[in-house]
Amino acid sequence: MKKTLLASALVALSAFAANAQDTVRIATEGLYPPYNLIDDAGNLAGYEVDLGNEICKRAGLTCEFVQNDWDSMMPNLNSGNFDVIMAGMSITEERKKDRLFSQNYMPPAVSYYVATSADADIKAGVVAAQTGTIQAGHVAESGAQLLEFKTPDETVAAVQNGEADAVLADGEYLQPVVDASGGALVVVETIPLGDGVGAAFRQSDTELAAKFDKVIAEMKADGSINELIKKWFKEKAVLF
Amino acid sequence: MFSYCADPSTLDSTRWMLCYLTSGKHLLFYSSFGTVLLLLAVTAPVALAFGFGGAMAARSHNPGLRLFGKGYTAMVRGIPDIIFFMFFVIALDQALEWGLHQWRCPDWVEPIRNGLEFKVCPAAKVPPSSAPQIWHEVYGFALAVVTFAIVFGAFAANVLYGAMNAVPRAQLETAEAYGMSHRQVFRRVLVPQMWVYALPGLSNLWLILIKATPLLFLLGVKDIVYWANELGSSKTDTFAYPHGDWKLWYFLGLLVFYLAFTRLSEIVLSRLSRRLSRGQATMAGEAMRKAAA
Amino acid sequence: MTCWETIGAYAFRSLGYGERLLPKSDFTLCQQFTLIGSGLIWNIYFGVLALAFGFFLANALALAKTARSAWVRKPAEWFIFVFRGSPLFIQFFLGYQLFVLLPKNGVELWGITVHTDWLTKAWAGALFVLFLNTAAYSAEIFHGALMAVPKGDLEAADAYGITGFARFRRILWPTMLRLGWPAYTNEAIFLFHATTLVFFSSFPAFRQQGDALYYAGYFADKTYNPFIPYPIVGFYFICLTLLLTWAFSLVNRRLNRHLPSNQRARIRLRPQLIR
Repeated sequence: MKKTLLASALVALSAFAANAQDTVRIATEGLYPPYNLIDDAGNLAGYEVDLGNEICKRAGLTCEFVQNDWDSMMPNLNSGNFDVIMAGMSITEERKKDRLFSQNYMPPAVSYYVATSADADIKAGVVAAQTGTIQAGHVAESGAQLLEFKTPDETVAAVQNGEADAVLADGEYLQPVVDASGGALVVVETIPLGDGVGAAFRQSDTELAAKFDKVIAEMKADGSINELIKKWFKEKAVLF
Repeated sequence: MFSYCADPSTLDSTRWMLCYLTSGKHLLFYSSFGTVLLLLAVTAPVALAFGFGGAMAARSHNPGLRLFGKGYTAMVRGIPDIIFFMFFVIALDQALEWGLHQWRCPDWVEPIRNGLEFKVCPAAKVPPSSAPQIWHEVYGFALAVVTFAIVFGAFAANVLYGAMNAVPRAQLETAEAYGMSHRQVFRRVLVPQMWVYALPGLSNLWLILIKATPLLFLLGVKDIVYWANELGSSKTDTFAYPHGDWKLWYFLGLLVFYLAFTRLSEIVLSRLSRRLSRGQATMAGEAMRKAAA
Repeated sequence: MTCWETIGAYAFRSLGYGERLLPKSDFTLCQQFTLIGSGLIWNIYFGVLALAFGFFLANALALAKTARSAWVRKPAEWFIFVFRGSPLFIQFFLGYQLFVLLPKNGVELWGITVHTDWLTKAWAGALFVLFLNTAAYSAEIFHGALMAVPKGDLEAADAYGITGFARFRRILWPTMLRLGWPAYTNEAIFLFHATTLVFFSSFPAFRQQGDALYYAGYFADKTYNPFIPYPIVGFYFICLTLLLTWAFSLVNRRLNRHLPSNQRARIRLRPQLIR
């Protein structure tokens, strides 16, 4: 039963292989607004989706966005289930060792410590962060006590319900949350982390990375990338 | 859904709720219940087939096959099922592509494993990267079904192995005395009789399978847990329907769904058990015979 | 770093002793074995304590389920149904969400402040959920065993004039345990397997102190190779299962020691009771 199912699926699938134009599959998380999110109609949306589509249009590529868990991004990229990651991934020296980054499409921005009061203990207290992010790495090394969650919104929830003293995440992600909280959440401290956000590729995919690089440079030059940033990150955004 | 849903921020609470609950995202959430049911409907027979094979292998006269069968039936006892789910999908995916690569691209010179990367020739990619997203999702779903079937097939093999041994020896000997071959005894006497012994175990297995479906999201399928998580998390103004953290309510909904589904299954299975007991040489069958007489 | 040094640095990392930072590069098999083994301490902690506490509640529930009064029987039946009829994954999730809602500063009860914040921590909250869960499953086993106590045993007790609590303690309860023990062994094994869900579902890992699966996930994330850490977890669990089977068979032998050897219940592993 399973064999026939698979076999027929394979036959059906190989029919598509004939179309020579390969689709570039871009993975995103869908849980990190306004970088990437699932809108109320159930479609992927956000800054990175708009940007990715624009890059593909200019580079003449056929692209498709797929949603994937943050945890399994890298194994899936390496085994070829998709070709690009655009998921708010910060560029760091450590990450550069095992993947290729495009130039940043978000300026090197600051990460925020957000808490319910301005005197929260971020040096030795409990700080929440998403597993596998640069912020989690920073907290582990800072001497504070790291509390790890699978998704970004859980880290914020942990501060709101008193589980954690503070949360450390990208400023762009936390700013709207702080604005919406009506004073319940405040920014305690800001620190620069990483070299901005970029698209990640397999190390052998230099050609595709170069195409992305070229268009991003072009969009920075003509200012269209700033328009997109303004659209999604509102007026407080840091521009190029 | 409704015409007045165009601008949710102007609505009163009842209508807001109505619009909220019928947003595109929610429709996807509701349809993911179908995904779970579909997975159960497909996995159950496949797992049963795997289990049947495993039980037959464990009873085989060939020592190699027997060892394999016993090892398969024993594997789920020692290791938590979640461990298998963590790496089976990627292993299956790579094994399949590796096999296809050997078959379709024998002249390929680049290494498949290159550092961290696993790269096969484009013709061996499943599904090909130009395939529409729907095929990628179908493929992901198929991998999930196979993974579930392998793990729960091992449970089923345990149950069926026990059931095959529980069929009274005398029945098989009688069949042999009538001159039936091994194969015939197996097909005509052992298999039809074993179901009644296997049913309690298989019923249990079905309930276990239902309760294992929340792990589906581990295998990369967007199931009800994924959507409950996504919909329940607090939403800022970026979304049309901003709200706080509502996860508790969504998960309470899931709890009710699972309890109702379990109860329904229990009722159906107890009816089935009565049907199967009819005319059997068991206590239940005997009681039914007496009641009728 | 030699392997001995690694063991020294990380053997009790899951409890917060030893090296503060997890390894970041140049991962060795020794590191993986040590850290995952260190995480296993939590699996054993959850399994042993949940089983120990759950045993008592299970006995009470099994008895309550046999009660004539619906006021006693119905709640027990519902409790067992809810915990056996829903996925443990969802129970963990709801448990965590509910514990988080409890007032932070504790609850005033008869003038005493009862602190509740520890319930949101895995060591207490997850243990509590596992305790309720295993109690429900075990209660069902014990109830079944109680129903299977031979009528003759009770008649014999009556003939000797043993009644009331003495009859329960000396006749019913030991027989129930003896009959239910093989199934209870299965429950124990699958409870230990279920402990891997604790940090996986909703309880956050604190200071990077997690269970075996948490550290396996850490290594899989850092090395991009799931084929080494997860089988290591599997290996540890096989050892744990064998140990558990052995310990329970000792008890089984004691429970059956008055019977002729051919009538003793053998422990056969049947995966009938996982969640």
